[in-house]
Amino acid sequence: MVENRPFLNFLTHLVLIAGVVIVVFPVYLAFIASSRGPGDFVSGVVPLLPGTHLVENYSTIWNEGLSSSGAPPIWVMMMNSLLMAVAIALGKIAISLLSAYAIVYFKFPFRLLAFWIIFITLMLPVEVRIIPTFKVVADLGMLNSYLGLTLPLIASATATFLFRQFFLTIPDELMEAARVDGAGPLKFFRDILLPLSRTNIAALFVILFIFGWVQYMWPLLVTTDSRYYTIVMGIKRLAASADSEPLWHLVMAAVILAMLPPVLVVISMQRLFVKGLVETEK
Amino acid sequence: MASIDIKGVKKVYAGNVTAIHELDLTIPDGELVVLVGPSGCGKSTLLRMIAGLETITGGTISIDGTVVNTKEPAERDIAMVFQNYALYPHMTVRGNLEYGLKNRGTPREEIDRRVAEAARILEIDAFLDRRPRQLSGGQRQRVAMGRAIVRQPKAFLFDEPLSNLDAKLRGQMRIEIKRLQRSLGTTSVYVTHDQLEAMTLADRLVVMNGGRIEQVGAPLALYERPETLFVAGFIGSPPMNLIALERLGAQSALDLPAGTDLVGIRPDTIHLTAPEEPHITLGATVELYEPIGGESHLHMRLEDSGQLIIAAVPAKTAMAEGTSATLYVRTADLHPFNRETGRRTD
Amino acid sequence: MQTKRTIFPNKLLPYALLVPQLAITLIFFIWPALQAMKSSFEREDPFGFKTSFIWFDNYRKIFADPNYLGSLGRTAIFALSVTLLAMIVSLLLAVAVNRLLRSGKIYTTLLVWPYAVAPVVVGILWWFIFNPSIGIAPYILRGMGINWNHRIDGNQAMILIIIAAAWKQISYNFLFFVAGLQSVPQSLIEAAAIDGAGPFKRFWTIVFPLISPTTFFLLIINMNYAMFDTFGIVDATTMGGPAQATNILVYKVYTDGVLNLNIGSSSAQSVILMLIVIALTVVQFRFVERRVQY
Repeated sequence: MVENRPFLNFLTHLVLIAGVVIVVFPVYLAFIASSRGPGDFVSGVVPLLPGTHLVENYSTIWNEGLSSSGAPPIWVMMMNSLLMAVAIALGKIAISLLSAYAIVYFKFPFRLLAFWIIFITLMLPVEVRIIPTFKVVADLGMLNSYLGLTLPLIASATATFLFRQFFLTIPDELMEAARVDGAGPLKFFRDILLPLSRTNIAALFVILFIFGWVQYMWPLLVTTDSRYYTIVMGIKRLAASADSEPLWHLVMAAVILAMLPPVLVVISMQRLFVKGLVETEK
Repeated sequence: MASIDIKGVKKVYAGNVTAIHELDLTIPDGELVVLVGPSGCGKSTLLRMIAGLETITGGTISIDGTVVNTKEPAERDIAMVFQNYALYPHMTVRGNLEYGLKNRGTPREEIDRRVAEAARILEIDAFLDRRPRQLSGGQRQRVAMGRAIVRQPKAFLFDEPLSNLDAKLRGQMRIEIKRLQRSLGTTSVYVTHDQLEAMTLADRLVVMNGGRIEQVGAPLALYERPETLFVAGFIGSPPMNLIALERLGAQSALDLPAGTDLVGIRPDTIHLTAPEEPHITLGATVELYEPIGGESHLHMRLEDSGQLIIAAVPAKTAMAEGTSATLYVRTADLHPFNRETGRRTD
Repeated sequence: MQTKRTIFPNKLLPYALLVPQLAITLIFFIWPALQAMKSSFEREDPFGFKTSFIWFDNYRKIFADPNYLGSLGRTAIFALSVTLLAMIVSLLLAVAVNRLLRSGKIYTTLLVWPYAVAPVVVGILWWFIFNPSIGIAPYILRGMGINWNHRIDGNQAMILIIIAAAWKQISYNFLFFVAGLQSVPQSLIEAAAIDGAGPFKRFWTIVFPLISPTTFFLLIINMNYAMFDTFGIVDATTMGGPAQATNILVYKVYTDGVLNLNIGSSSAQSVILMLIVIALTVVQFRFVERRVQY
């Protein structure tokens, strides 16, 4: 800030507060709704102040769910989502580390080809190849399984590129010193490369956890058994009862719960999150 | 302790770039041999081939009598000190020192003993539990050397270890390295581009240029009798003055060997008063006077040819710029060369 | 391609390290993509007994289909609107935050978390706000004389998904704009101030041109996001309706393929989507990466 212009300062804060309101308002409404009772929505206008049914709503939806929607209790779906998100994050990180290591520290025939095959995945988001991928998963018998939920989403070019960029910045002499010290490629990877990659791994974990958690179309396709529903896909079922108006107070409680884990992760690990975001897009 | 034998070794990179032409060199057991030369002369490449970090295109390298061409660096029983120290940043100093020994399965008591010993010798016991980023440049360099010492290898390989330090620290570390090598008696190969470092450290000096060895010998021998023009110009500071023979005028009736067309004169052999021994004279004008302290450097322009030469004279000789002077050089101090072969003619 | 100066000499190990990623990529990415391409040239008879190779018929059909062409147009409008809306709002917020020293951190925390919300949840949140019966927005709009029912009015449905999609993307753009703004050297701004430029002039003549790599980069990312990551939003709010009004390309692939089981047509649409992604990715790597270098 170069000069002191109090009016601009005031405007700045105004803009930011407006921004925060825009960003927070929908969630605020949802939270309010989740604390109300079933009768509060008939009056034609949505309530703006919290009600008294907070604990009751959350425990109902958590333990029993909404039987009319065909979705299991929330806690089941949350567990599935948690498993899926963690598995995807860890899986992507693991295989990307290995691939980046191979591409950077070794020379072998078809190295360039391998690089390009991995690169192509950037251009094939799941939404673009749904039917045939579904067919492959079905043929492999992986429908309605944790494997089918996670495996097809695990190859990731962005993580591989990030690790490749990072490995390239590690001084050559570190690896040479390790070689002289008797470390073979696997020892070097475990003793030197991995510890040095810690921050990158943590940053990526945040991003990939969110990626895994918010998956919607794929779990929708791959699970017909309600025991495997994830919270994010299950929510739609709760909200979309065709005949009557949805039970908003319960639906919104589920919505808040569905948002909670990734949002908590982002807020508590904000610096790592920002780092991961910026690094993966370079 | 071991000797290193390099026979007919050459290194060709992809695209037919020859970095090292067939080279022979013996590094005797227990000696500190310095490879010196300008950037790109191949000295680091040769060192890395000894270490096993570069493949050998032709010839053999033997350590302690065994050919090691195909052996991994870890199997050659050598230790290396890198220019950028290459300390593992996420491990403590102790961790850095132990790593190589742990990989070899050395028993715990032996590791502890060696680490304590090396720490004592290098005076780094105070920071065994610190991380490299908490240490100064000189301290890190000592840890890098400690890592080499604990291994008790057959040979130490130094790759320009002092280039990243400031001049004063460099001077101190040089002495430490020399003392260390003397007391441990381990065969050492040391690469540097700094001719002062080379002169003071070497038991034996190897001057390299363009992938070939120009001359091998004790530092003073190279200084007093450079075999090639390159060595003549490289060793010694300020560098040797090279004057065409015909420019010496009537004095070309000197008794110099056949084929001589270039004469080298070291700055410190130029005197301002006539000596008793047979000598030549040159007339010159002072262009620049540099008082170094212990001596003074006179940049002078020769009268007949206009060539600029440097003379290193005692400190108290004050010579104002623009004054003319007669310079005297003993004929015994003249170094005769042939320009075409680049070699000494006697 | 760049490698390290020294490499490990192992010959088999690199292949072993690559197997996991390559295997998954080949099985779940490359093979299905090839299948999609193959299916796009075929027609499956309704009982699934025979598939016949019909050349570009599927493509010809969808390009002749007014629904598809309409979908193309709608997607373009949707993508552009979301991109513009999200980028303008986030740029405003980023500029504002950049002026603050201390409180900037708090505002940033309050503004970045929507990135973590799933698109489908975003859809539900905004559907709740715009719900014709109990939503707060229709309530306010009714007070202003506007009757809101996105279940009937196609334009309103489109507005709904544009707002929802843009809302989610604000935090992402915000982060990148902040980073871009911070990379503008303070000395340039000070020089401009000495040269007599006021804050607005400074922004438009100095800062905005200098963050053009970030802007361009976000342009591509936002278009990509609007076209492919918004499936959940549409499914949660309008499900492509009313009467195709919000049936954007990525949603159409799903309805035609999964719901209507028209494999050939859906595959052709998938292939076209793939080509669009490839084009966007090429543009990104070719032009953006190069400019971002400085």
